Amino acid sequence: MKLNRFWVGIVVVFLAGLAFTKIADNEFYFYAIYAVLQLMVMGIAWNILGGFTGYVNFGAGGFFAAGAYTTVFLHKALDGPPLLVAVVVAPIVCGLIGLGIGYLTLRLRGVYFAIATLAVAIILETLVINWEYVGGAGGYYFLIPEEIPFFDSYVEWLFTVILVITLFAIVVSRYLNSSRIGQGLAAIRDDELAAECMGVPTLKLKLISTTVMGALMGMAGAPFPYFITFVEPVSTFSLLIAVNAIAVPMIGGTMTWVGPVVGAIVLGSIQEIVTVSISSELNMLIVGVVLVGFITLAPQGITGVYRDFRDKRRRRNE
Amino acid sequence: MFELFVNAVVAGVLLGGFYAAVALGLSIVFGRLDIVNIAHPAFVIIGSYVAFIMNERYMFDPILSGLIFLPVFFLLGVGMYRFYYVCFERTGQESLSGLAYFFGIMFIIEVLLILYYGVDYRNVQAPYIGETLFLGFLGLPYRMLVPFITATILTGLVYLYLSKTFLGRAILAVSQDRLALQLMGADPVKVKQWAFGIGIATAAVAGALLIIIQPIEPSVGRLYIGRVFAIVILGGMGSISGTFFAALIIGIAESLVATFIGPSWAPAVAFGLLLVTLAVRPQGLFGRAG
Repeated sequence: MKLNRFWVGIVVVFLAGLAFTKIADNEFYFYAIYAVLQLMVMGIAWNILGGFTGYVNFGAGGFFAAGAYTTVFLHKALDGPPLLVAVVVAPIVCGLIGLGIGYLTLRLRGVYFAIATLAVAIILETLVINWEYVGGAGGYYFLIPEEIPFFDSYVEWLFTVILVITLFAIVVSRYLNSSRIGQGLAAIRDDELAAECMGVPTLKLKLISTTVMGALMGMAGAPFPYFITFVEPVSTFSLLIAVNAIAVPMIGGTMTWVGPVVGAIVLGSIQEIVTVSISSELNMLIVGVVLVGFITLAPQGITGVYRDFRDKRRRRNE
Repeated sequence: MFELFVNAVVAGVLLGGFYAAVALGLSIVFGRLDIVNIAHPAFVIIGSYVAFIMNERYMFDPILSGLIFLPVFFLLGVGMYRFYYVCFERTGQESLSGLAYFFGIMFIIEVLLILYYGVDYRNVQAPYIGETLFLGFLGLPYRMLVPFITATILTGLVYLYLSKTFLGRAILAVSQDRLALQLMGADPVKVKQWAFGIGIATAAVAGALLIIIQPIEPSVGRLYIGRVFAIVILGGMGSISGTFFAALIIGIAESLVATFIGPSWAPAVAFGLLLVTLAVRPQGLFGRAG
């Protein structure tokens, strides 16, 4: 029964999104929701490795930007292919990067992995800065197609694409969370040595985990150049993206697939409201403060607090 | 060509000495205490801003103000560790939450500095900045030479402190066997607190040296994250002499790349070396296999 309810929910959200593009006429809503959904995909991606497997990734910005620059490269090489080409190719590229990094560093302790991911982000940034073909340090202007079939404006199309990506990420994350793979990942998180001794194929599972993380990050980044219309390395590789990707699951809760979804809705909404009403610098400060506040006061995140609350109430009723 | 090469190597040595000062605190905190203080470069940047303020308002020499603020940074470090201990280490959540905590702290420091001082580059005034010492064809700018000498003295002092004094040896002990230290009747938490304080205190001087070498803005610290972790890991996790030599290696490598390939490639050098080291020799160049 539960499975059905989940799939019905996915379909309902998708249809609601489609209907929304027909009803809403203020383009701001699409930009705002796009930002929240992008945050959600990154949070989900980060959580697959950080939450399920217990390996902290500081290089989220690197994977995201690798996805965005795959789009830029394709745009230049193929003379403006449809967005969907990039959405398919970028995760393959980023998944391979994730796999490669996993091979290099996952035999080591978690801390080294965290630092290595940061290293990869900076190396990728240096490569892109020096790569004139995709604009180098100066950046790359992105002309978006003026017309798109079935949709009134391009941002509505982008909104639909990121919505589908988000739903896809949720499905993948839920599958990984509840399947045998997820149990193996949780075993690695809790005690890697014990898991290895019990016959859990730890290296293989960790590689699956990094690859999926990289692919989803890349997928989040693929439509980004179309959304922002001007791509340059410093802001695309921004630390803010990495902090956001970590903050979302930390706020929502890292144990299940629900956590990042809740976290992204909470954090994303706060950010959009603050950016519009106060300033974007303050917005950055809020991310940091909310992140530190949650990990010190509510390390289990919102879903964890809710679970404790529910358990307590159930016990009282019994 | 030869002169260019020698100049690049010497510049690299001077730069590396400075890197050692930045990595020194992390070598103690990460290498000895196993605390992944990713915010260390952010504390260095705070040190730079302190030197900048003292220099602009009271015309203090940056290094002097770095020394004056050593105790303040020490107390800051002690406070940071207490908080970290109470929230994460005691409950055994240091792996995931602790990392994210320091990441968040780094971010908050950076944003606060941006809010107060903006993203303009700041620099300091001192008589030796801008002058160069010439030895034949070799040019030694004082703005590199002074930090190098200061950093070398600082590294030497920390080395002597950790190997000769009672508390220094206690810090070594806590990194080797926490339980044994407890059985000897010492409190590992107090020792770690002291060590963390020293680690952050070195950031006061390192920050002063940084602002002598180059103008700074709040996000400069990010570039140093990779460098300092690369240096600490290359140097064999907590070995002070290893840290110093690893810093020289990174400095020389970056200087050579900047001279012969292009300055925009230099940031990738430290990270590249780090990735190769992690993949090939995880215990570091100067570490013991184990």
